[in-house]
Amino acid sequence: MALPDTEEIRFDLQIIGSTIEPGSKVLDLGCGSGDLLVWLEKNKSVQCTGIEQDKVKAAHCIARGLSVLQGDLNEEVEDYPSCSFDYVILSQTLQQVFEPARLLHSLARIGRKVVVSFPNFSHYSSRLQLLVKGSAPKNDQLPYAWYDTPNIRVITLRDFRKFSRDVGYTIVKEIAINTNPANSEGHIVHFFTNIRATYGIYVIEKTE
Amino acid sequence: MNRADNHKESSVGRVEKQYYSFAHPPEKLILESGAELGPVTIAYETYGTLSKEKDNCILLAHAFSGDSHAAGYYQDDNGEEKPGWWESMVGPGKGIDTDRYFVICPNILGSCMGSTGPGSANPETGAPYGPDFPMVTIGDMVDTQKMLLDHLGITQLHAVVGGSVGGMQVLQWCVRYPEMIRAAIPIATTMRHSALAIAFNEIARQSIMADPNWNNGNYYGLARPDMGLAVARMIGHVTYLSDEAMRRKFGRRLQDKESFSFGFNADFQIESYLRYQGSKFVHRFDANSVLYITKASDYFDVVDNMNKSGPINSIQRGKIKYLVVSYTSDWLYPTYQAKELIKTLKRTGQNVSFCEIEADCGHDAFLIPDDRLSNLIGGFLNGIT
Repeated sequence: MALPDTEEIRFDLQIIGSTIEPGSKVLDLGCGSGDLLVWLEKNKSVQCTGIEQDKVKAAHCIARGLSVLQGDLNEEVEDYPSCSFDYVILSQTLQQVFEPARLLHSLARIGRKVVVSFPNFSHYSSRLQLLVKGSAPKNDQLPYAWYDTPNIRVITLRDFRKFSRDVGYTIVKEIAINTNPANSEGHIVHFFTNIRATYGIYVIEKTE
Repeated sequence: MNRADNHKESSVGRVEKQYYSFAHPPEKLILESGAELGPVTIAYETYGTLSKEKDNCILLAHAFSGDSHAAGYYQDDNGEEKPGWWESMVGPGKGIDTDRYFVICPNILGSCMGSTGPGSANPETGAPYGPDFPMVTIGDMVDTQKMLLDHLGITQLHAVVGGSVGGMQVLQWCVRYPEMIRAAIPIATTMRHSALAIAFNEIARQSIMADPNWNNGNYYGLARPDMGLAVARMIGHVTYLSDEAMRRKFGRRLQDKESFSFGFNADFQIESYLRYQGSKFVHRFDANSVLYITKASDYFDVVDNMNKSGPINSIQRGKIKYLVVSYTSDWLYPTYQAKELIKTLKRTGQNVSFCEIEADCGHDAFLIPDDRLSNLIGGFLNGIT
């Protein structure tokens, strides 16, 4: 497996990185090969911890000098004392979680702020596929067929806003982005986000 | 995956066992049990060069039946050179890089590989201590290692690294001398023995004590309890392997025969292997040391101390960075025990990394050359500032 130490990180990760205050304490869930953590340590001098299920990726992170725990994120987050972190990042994982409400509750407990990103299932290309072809959406952001997708939760920007309101989270920041297929470049979407954005990035905190 | 081929090229080469004696009577060492012991000798080896600032030292803690010979070759090994027990890990450019670090590996107190143990001479009688040797603990082992470092003028450790009972010493170091340590790598270890681990140790002890030659521990100069010690080692070997490893290596295959002998000779390869391991061990190890060291590992329990540990006064630089490693097929100290350690470290706000390594060779996997562990440790040590 090629796991290069890249200087450039994915566009959505750059945006997530931009929401993090310098010098803070960060937990990255599903940190993969640790690209975001390396970027954050370098550019924001944050104190980072990652959790990654994949043994090879976790070992790669540790060998890069990162503090990373190999394990299931749903279980690993339970052990931390409250407010252990300034930010907990859940990037492109929420749509794969069996109990998203419960997980977010835990994240809002251990972190002062939670940064959540997910692919927007109401992007116009998904809508068109369903409307015109009558088939389940399959595109660059959602490249799986219905029978092999890890994405078991269908989320839209609108749904997430409603969920946050209902459950008692304040949305501190919402950034809708549109990226190229490789996610190497992109731009921030300001209007008609629920139709035009490929990803939504939210910074939420518990409503006092 | 295997670095065995280039071992010699990247070896630390010839090494020599050194000794440090201290606690000469009447200034005896007071042990955790309250008993006194002196003089105490600790055998050790060093690899690499100590920096001018004396800040590049890594302490290696060996496992239960290990010794100070972690890397390199002895002068008198001529022809039949037998490398140190972690030759694959310790050397120039290896996971624990002796071009960068000054590595010290002391033999544990209570052992029989050069450090003071039950087979050493009791200064009061001139004869070996035998059963008069006081009970020692993992804490006592660590204290004597600390005294060795004091003697060498080393006040800080880049890292403390060890597997199994060596991992226990690592954890003991972290709770006893946290201010000295920047990083800790406990491998295939536990905060305390499970009933299963104590049970295996007790069977090993009973096997030795049931040997008539054991003679209440007074067998030096007489026939030794070889049978009991060999059986103890056989039990040990079963716990260091795994169901998978034994199936792969031996299965139900027969040793040098086509059919059963319908007797009690070693028919199966696994029987023959265990007998061989047992008989090999009696030439190397002292039965009383097995009794003392297994008991020390059974007594070991740092759960409360780890719970009370934590970032010293919340000052960042006082924090130890941990790397915990476990193996999927280790049934002596299974991954759930590593997870308990991690849970404790997380609860106390400490900096911890963890990786479970896929391996079917059981508890002893950390001693087998494996680039995954070397890369993990090398990268982790490199990230310690």
